[in-house]
Amino acid sequence: MIRLERRPSPSRFWTALTPVLAVVATMIAGGVMFAALGKDPFEAIRTIFWDPIFNEQFAAFSRPQLLVKAAPLILIAIGLSLGFRAGVWNIGAEGQYIMGAICGAGVGLAFYPAESFVIFPLMVIAGGLGGFLWAMIPGVLRVAFRTNEILVSLLLVYVAEFMLASMSLGLLRNPEGAGFPGSRNLKAYPSAHNAELIAGTGMHWGVVAAFVAVIFAYVLLSRHMLGFQIKLAGQAPRAARFGGVNPSRLILFCLGISGILAGAAGLFEVSGPAGQISIDFNVGYGFTAIIVAFLGRLNPIGILLAGLLMALTYIGGELAQFMLGVPAAAIQAFQGMLLFFLLAVDVLSNFRIRIGRREVV
Amino acid sequence: MTGTDLLTISGLTKAYPGVVANDDVSFSIKPGEVHALLGENGAGKSTLVKMIYGLVKPDSGTMQLHGQPFAPTEPRAARAAGVAMVFQHFSLFEALDVAENIALGMENPPPMRMLAKEILEVSETYGLPLDPYRLVGDLSAGERQRVEIIRCLLQNPRLFIMDEPTSVLTPQEVGILFDTLEQLKEEGTSILYISHKLEEIRTLCDSATILRLGKKVATCNPREETARAMAEMMVGTTLHQPERTPHATSDVALELKSLSIPSANPFGTSLKDVTLNVHRGEIVGIGGVAGNGQDELTAALSGEMPTAPRDIVFSGLPIGDLGPNARRRLGVLAAPEERLGHAAAPDMSLTENALLTGAIREKLSARGFLNWGATEAFANMIIADFDVRTPGPDNAARSLSGGNLQKFVIGREILQRPEVLVVNQPTWGVDAAAAADIRQALLDLASAGAAIIVISQDLDELMEIADRFAALNEGRLTKAVPAQGLTVDEIGLMMGGAHDMHEAQLHEDASGETAL
Repeated sequence: MIRLERRPSPSRFWTALTPVLAVVATMIAGGVMFAALGKDPFEAIRTIFWDPIFNEQFAAFSRPQLLVKAAPLILIAIGLSLGFRAGVWNIGAEGQYIMGAICGAGVGLAFYPAESFVIFPLMVIAGGLGGFLWAMIPGVLRVAFRTNEILVSLLLVYVAEFMLASMSLGLLRNPEGAGFPGSRNLKAYPSAHNAELIAGTGMHWGVVAAFVAVIFAYVLLSRHMLGFQIKLAGQAPRAARFGGVNPSRLILFCLGISGILAGAAGLFEVSGPAGQISIDFNVGYGFTAIIVAFLGRLNPIGILLAGLLMALTYIGGELAQFMLGVPAAAIQAFQGMLLFFLLAVDVLSNFRIRIGRREVV
Repeated sequence: MTGTDLLTISGLTKAYPGVVANDDVSFSIKPGEVHALLGENGAGKSTLVKMIYGLVKPDSGTMQLHGQPFAPTEPRAARAAGVAMVFQHFSLFEALDVAENIALGMENPPPMRMLAKEILEVSETYGLPLDPYRLVGDLSAGERQRVEIIRCLLQNPRLFIMDEPTSVLTPQEVGILFDTLEQLKEEGTSILYISHKLEEIRTLCDSATILRLGKKVATCNPREETARAMAEMMVGTTLHQPERTPHATSDVALELKSLSIPSANPFGTSLKDVTLNVHRGEIVGIGGVAGNGQDELTAALSGEMPTAPRDIVFSGLPIGDLGPNARRRLGVLAAPEERLGHAAAPDMSLTENALLTGAIREKLSARGFLNWGATEAFANMIIADFDVRTPGPDNAARSLSGGNLQKFVIGREILQRPEVLVVNQPTWGVDAAAAADIRQALLDLASAGAAIIVISQDLDELMEIADRFAALNEGRLTKAVPAQGLTVDEIGLMMGGAHDMHEAQLHEDASGETAL
């Protein structure tokens, strides 16, 4: 009989080890899945985790991609992690990401073809503001009417997707694009282009912003009263109220900051790697960031590492699709397994496992 | 001898990791006897009765019921053998009515109408007035206890175990309960009565087994012992009596002016027209049965439940609309009843919990940035000054025992030199020695000039430390009167007497006695 026994204090050792354990378990279960699909599991795992960085044939292309893909994940996950710690569940980062991209790109396109160094900063601000306002909808509804922010923020993702389609077909459509959906390409507009800062590294302003966000969140959580209140509100809401935390203000802060970061991530993406507003501009970073946040244990440094790992599975997954013909759905299932195993092994940090006869308590 | 005993316990031992809860405990209960099980918190009383009730399996030792070996593996087996138990914490559903709650605990509940009739019969037979169709959420704590008692009586138990039954009752309700227990005893039912209230045990019980640190230290006839002698057997040392020197001044520190607030939850109690003055150097004790507005009053005083500004006045300043931190800045501090999750965050370290309320007055942060060094020093100071037993300030609050955490919570507020301190149940679940320390600390704080409100259900405690006494009853506060010289009957009347006293009175008149 296996029994779980609650630890008096959460184990630091297991808290650090569980993400590694989850990755290993995902590799095993994923390998079994690939084998069931008729692929060589070892080759598939190697293609996903090893080849993007170390295979000479692919590394030149995929190494810079690592930062390009990790930056939005980290940026969004940092914002989400603050809310998750406080018990504020923003599931709609994808929508905030889209709205940030639309608003930021919209500001840039409004200046076209003028050239000025203020255009890009203005776009960043507009991107953050777009995400912020989109996140304020579930925030204000929760504070004023006690609606559930999980549902509201999630459903607003679909609204945002319709906005995106409407924008790429209407207001923001490239007037010189021969009627094709999609905006002008910002890569061809120097003042609005989020270009690589160091050639061949994938380093762009979004990567810088992600690193700044990691440091900001780290300081906030470990050294600042607001970070303490965020943790307190998540762990013991009554104690937080007793400790002087204003729950409404905290909800708005958490949703606001995650909206700003998701919106900024959208802007950095649309003005750089993606280049234009198009119907299928969003690729699910906002949802994957939820996995990244938990994989990183809601800890800023952990999220940095988890974001890089998740980016690797994206790039490696594409490589596996391309090289081995693994279906895209299998790669998504593989990423889902990671969250699943993480939540499953999570129990080890708060409980210890006893094997033996059950005692009557 | 064993042949005539109802229950014989010999050599029961139960160890948990790091602690021996019961060590070779033996005693026996005769038919028709009220047997007291006496001991401090953590002495092993609960573990012992859980073994009798089949909730815990002993490591070694045997039990005999009616001369037959008795080793229940689950409560159902114990109930089938005629053992019934009323727990200290009730397991009732507030949204269901009395009969539905009782049916839920039965193996084969009869049709609801039959059951309601049976409930009425039992409640009349034993003088426990109760309407089977009332919602449990509308019942007082005393009435909820009656539901639990009747649930047990319907099983016709041979042995009836009661765990601290009087802690939720007014003195008059205690009287009614004791009459019921006397009646059961005359019918030959044995009662195992767990308590640490010595005077009760002296009036009710025929014999007493005293436990200390898991071991049986004595069996005695409580009617022949003094309360003090039994207390010292329980604690193992001579007890320290708090010293008090009245310091009350005429300087009003805190005024409540017709404070009325609706309760935040549907089964809570709204405060109605609460008026009170507290002077510097004075301790005002607020008694009352649990659930009569204690939590709401604490929340209103701590700032968690804001009121109209002028409803609460501190030194001439209206503070009713200020939040907890704004009040802390002024020196109005509070310690709520629930330690884990309210007064302290269970998974956070003691250092973080010191920050929880200490940040402002102890200046543990500057422009929002935390000074962890100073915070840890403050936590260490609380641990040292209030003798909190813990390996260090890095340990999570939930790893501390209830009494130790309570010392930490009270110490944290006292060390911030409050001008007004509100404490709710300061010694609930705390052992006698620690409780004496906490009371002494409150008295010292008052003599240093602070105004203190102690909300408690422990009347002995209030009589020991309070200068004036008031009672909460259904959200209303009585006038505060000098505590010295108050009789038990006067206190009981202030607390609202017994619920359904009218019916109980009728019943007792019929049996030729008088209540009150």
